[in-house]
Amino acid sequence: MDAELSVPALLGLGADGWGWALMAGAGLTLAVALAAMAIGSMLGAALAAAEASRRVWLVRIAATYGLVMRGVPELLVVLLLYFGAPGMLAGVAGLFGLPAPGSPPAFLTGSLAIGLVSAAYQAEVFRGGMLAVPRGQIEAAMAAGMGPVARLRRVILPQVLHHVLPPLGNIWQFNLKDSALVSITGLAELMRVSLVAAGSTRRPFVFFAAAMVLYLILTSASSALFRMIERRGSRWAGGR
Amino acid sequence: MDFLGTTSLGLLRAVPVTVLLFLASALGASLVAAVLVAMQQARVTQGLARAWIFVFRGTPLLLQIFMVYYGIAALGPIRHGFLWPAFREPLFCAWLAMTCCCSAYIAEVLRGALGAIPVGQIEAALACGMGRWTRLRLIVAPQVLRLALPAYGNELVMMIKSTSLASSITVLDVTGVAQQVIAHSYRTLDVFCLAAAVYLGMTAALTAVLRRIERSLDPLGSAPR
Repeated sequence: MDAELSVPALLGLGADGWGWALMAGAGLTLAVALAAMAIGSMLGAALAAAEASRRVWLVRIAATYGLVMRGVPELLVVLLLYFGAPGMLAGVAGLFGLPAPGSPPAFLTGSLAIGLVSAAYQAEVFRGGMLAVPRGQIEAAMAAGMGPVARLRRVILPQVLHHVLPPLGNIWQFNLKDSALVSITGLAELMRVSLVAAGSTRRPFVFFAAAMVLYLILTSASSALFRMIERRGSRWAGGR
Repeated sequence: MDFLGTTSLGLLRAVPVTVLLFLASALGASLVAAVLVAMQQARVTQGLARAWIFVFRGTPLLLQIFMVYYGIAALGPIRHGFLWPAFREPLFCAWLAMTCCCSAYIAEVLRGALGAIPVGQIEAALACGMGRWTRLRLIVAPQVLRLALPAYGNELVMMIKSTSLASSITVLDVTGVAQQVIAHSYRTLDVFCLAAAVYLGMTAALTAVLRRIERSLDPLGSAPR
């Protein structure tokens, strides 16, 4: 049996250490979660708008989407996109008579999968947020001669942000943790790096513990950031 | 039988594994959560309960599952100790990780409901001469149960979905069987859609049961229908 490295050497930044790799993994985890949040926000806003529309079929599509995405394990969505995407892409390309483009990058399918789930939860939040501003206020702002930008900035956002930020913070935390599921696609985010390191050094406990610490740093730093923005936001909205 | 028929049958045969893991972890997590909430009431044990909740809510369940199955199980005292027969079993490791993780979330739900009980009621109970247990049994517990039920139900739905992570440590639950079938057949889309339908069925059934309980506990009939 070869000589065992000490824990600081294993986790250090030296030649035998996995410190840099773990930190790069944490950076990629953050990137996946951010991309998923952005995808989820856009699709979530669209879903919320669809659910508020007067067209029955739009409402139905949005409601079904939410029901399915909140009732199916995130892991299944990640697996479906990862294994299914090459086939779907080839199918689409075939329609246009193009050759199959091969598999898309793991970062893309991974963050798209987490984003698709995130959208269902964010749609709920936005729907609640829209109810926070009574119609009368919008009409009053228009009557006072406010343009769309001024309305958004001075009437809608201060009230909606106040309602929307805390639940969005929760969804962000879930995105951050769900990004670990993307490790099954082979993307070298934090979970994957710690698995590889655990396998090649045969010291799983050390590396999983290190990954836990890094995840804790990511989650607690971002929750502190959200709290700060919430405080700022409520001051902005007139110090509630 | 055709491919979809056999696959559906195979997936349905794996449902008991998923349901067993869900029920066992729901039970374990709820018990641990109750202990955590009790610990948060006393100053000495408060820190430990908070640290538990911080760690298990702040890290991914997948990592916790790997930590138990590969990390803790590789430690000498476990590997060569009397606990090895348990830690050798992936299903046990998945259950242990899920119990620890979900207990942290449920504890937060219970704490929220506990905080929603007016202080005046506790004071009134004290003034009536009720002891600690009577207070808990007659005043606090019934209200906490009712107040916590919607959020607790959400946690349970999350738990059903989380059981799919057990497939990553070779447990043959619904997701595990689905992956196995795909490895043989390469029919990704059909198999995953079938598995998704199975999970949707389970979550829908649980939601229906929860709504019924919610309604039966609601004295004013104000719960959503």
